[in-house]
Amino acid sequence: MSAPLPLPFERPILELEKQLSDLEKQPDPTAVTRESIRRIRTELNKLKREVYEKLNPWEIVQVARHDARPKAMDYIELVFDEFVELHGDKAYGDDRAILTGFAKLGDRKVMLVAQQKGRNLRERLEHNYGMAHPEGYRKALSKIQMAAKFNLPVVCLIDTAGAYPGVGAEERGQAYQIALNLREMARIDTPIVCVVIGEGGSGGALGIGIGDHVAVLQFAYYSVISPEGCAGILWKHAKHADKAAHALRFTSKDLLELGVVDEIISEPIGGAHRNHRQMATNLHASLTSALKDLSEIPKDQLLDRRYEKFRKIGVFEETIAVGQA
Amino acid sequence: MSTGPEIARPATPSMNDESSTPRRKRGVPEGLWLRCPKCSATIFRKQVEKNLRLCPECSHHFYVPARVRIQQLFDDDSFEEWYTELRSVDPLNFHDQKPYKTRLIAEQKKTGLDEACVVGKGYMRGRPVVFGLTDSAFIMGSMGSVVGEKLTRATEEATRQKLPLIIVSGSGGGARMHEGILSLMQMGKVSAALGRFHDAGGLYISVLTDPTMGGVAASFASLGDVIIAEPEALIGFAGPRVVKATVSSELPEGFQTSEFLLKHGFIDTIVPRTELRSEIVRIVDYCT
Repeated sequence: MSAPLPLPFERPILELEKQLSDLEKQPDPTAVTRESIRRIRTELNKLKREVYEKLNPWEIVQVARHDARPKAMDYIELVFDEFVELHGDKAYGDDRAILTGFAKLGDRKVMLVAQQKGRNLRERLEHNYGMAHPEGYRKALSKIQMAAKFNLPVVCLIDTAGAYPGVGAEERGQAYQIALNLREMARIDTPIVCVVIGEGGSGGALGIGIGDHVAVLQFAYYSVISPEGCAGILWKHAKHADKAAHALRFTSKDLLELGVVDEIISEPIGGAHRNHRQMATNLHASLTSALKDLSEIPKDQLLDRRYEKFRKIGVFEETIAVGQA
Repeated sequence: MSTGPEIARPATPSMNDESSTPRRKRGVPEGLWLRCPKCSATIFRKQVEKNLRLCPECSHHFYVPARVRIQQLFDDDSFEEWYTELRSVDPLNFHDQKPYKTRLIAEQKKTGLDEACVVGKGYMRGRPVVFGLTDSAFIMGSMGSVVGEKLTRATEEATRQKLPLIIVSGSGGGARMHEGILSLMQMGKVSAALGRFHDAGGLYISVLTDPTMGGVAASFASLGDVIIAEPEALIGFAGPRVVKATVSSELPEGFQTSEFLLKHGFIDTIVPRTELRSEIVRIVDYCT
C-alpha cells in the first residue's frame, strides 16, 4: 500500500502511534517501558476518540477519501466468503470502476455491485478511480435485473467521486444510463441494500443507490455535488471547499436527520482506515441484519415500500390545501 | 452544473449574484434591439417575441419563459396550473454568498414564477395532456424539493387520469445545490414515479431545450418514450467546462448539442420550435 499523506488533524495521533510502535519494537521491554506502552495505548484511544468525535464536515471528506480507507475490494475480501465476478455489460465494454458478480455473505447468496476506487496507483488507474462510464452503470443494471430473475438480493457498495465526466461518457449516454438505472432500480423485484462506504458522489453514486435499505458508514459522505465543485460555483473558487462542506450537510448524521439514509454503520475508533478488519465486521453485521429484515417483507409489499421510501423525501411548504383534479 | 455557451446568455442570472445592478431577463436582454448570438444580426426584440422567440435571420432558438412556452404549446386558455401552493423552504439553512431564502425571493421577483417548475393540465389541439416544465431562468432551472414534488405529483396524476405526459426541460443547474442531498434524491423520486407511469402504459414525451444538464438530464429528461430536442440545445451530464478540465484537451465540434445527441443515438428527433406543437400532437395520436 502506498504511504498516504497524513491528515493535518491526525498529526497528534500519528505522533503517538509512532511513539507506541517504537516502544513496542524494543526486544526486552523493562517494566517501565511496559508501563509506558500501557499509558500510551490508553492515551491514544482517548485521543482518537476525541479527534474523531469533533471532525468537521471538511475533515470528514478527507477521511472518506483517505487512501488507506478500505475500498470495495477490501470488503470483497473481508466481508464476503466468495466472489464470482461477472464482467460484461453486453453492449460496449467491461467498466472496471464498477465490479459486479455473485457473492456469499455467510450462507446468504447475493448479487454484489461495488464501485472500486483502487488501493494503489496501479489499481486506481485500472479502476479509473471509481468513476464509472455509462457501460459501468449498464453492467450494474443488467446484473441487478438478473439477480431478480434468480431471487437473489442485491448489495451495492457506493464509493465514487462521481460518474466520469469525459467525452466518451457523454457520447455513450452517461445521463441516459443513470436515469434508466434510477427508474429501473425503483421497480426491480428483489431486495436491494445500498451502503455508501466512502464517497457518495452525486448522480454517480445514486446510479447504483436506489434500494430498500440505504446505509452510510460513519465517516462517509453523500452529496449532490463535491464540496470543491459547489465552492467553485457558489463561492467562485474551489479553495472555499470547507465552507461548501459545512453548507451542504452531507455527513452521516445529517443524512440520517434528513431522512435520506436508514442507518449509520459505526467505524472503528479513529476511522475505518485504522482497522479494516473491524470495519468489515461492522459492515458484515449490518448487511446480514438488513438482508434478513428485507427477506421477511412479503414480495408484493417490497416495491411499494421502496417507492414510498423515496416518495417522501423532500422538504417544502404547502401553503393552502387546495384539492385538485 | 453548467452554463452554456457564454455568448448565448450575456445577461444570465449568475448563481452568486451579489452585484447591486438590477438583473436583466435571461436570454432576451432589455432594450429594443438585441444581437443574435448565432448569426450576430442585430434584430428587433419585438420581432423575436412575435416569432416564437426565434431569430428572424437564422432561426436561432432564444430562451422561452414558462408562461410564453405554455401559450405556444396549448390551446387558448386551456392550461390549468396545479400545485401552486407548494413553496420551497430552506431545509439546510443554506448560506453561500447570500442566504438561499433571499435568493428564492429574488428569483421569484425576477421571473414572476413561484419556483423553477410549472405543472398542470391543458389541451393541445384538443388533446388533453398533463404537462410539466422547468424554466432555466429560475436558479438555472435546478431541481430542489418543490420541483421534484411537482413533477412527481404530475406524473402520478397522469397515471391516475390515464393521460399523456409532456415535460419540457430547461435546466442548466441539474439538482439544486442549495437543498443538498434532498435535491439529489428528487432524481430518484421522479424517476420512480415515471417507472410506475411506464408500467401503467402511459406515454411520456420529453422535450429537451437549451440547456438540459446534470441531474435533470440524468433523471426525468432522459426517460421519455419519445425524446425530442430543440435544435442546438446544450444537453449533457457533466458541464462542458468540467469535461474540458477533466480531459484537458479541446472538446469535439458540436459537443453536447442536440445534433451530437441525435448522432450518438440518445434522442429520437430534433424539432424546431415552429413545429413543436404539431409534432407532439402527432406522436400523441400514434400512441394513444
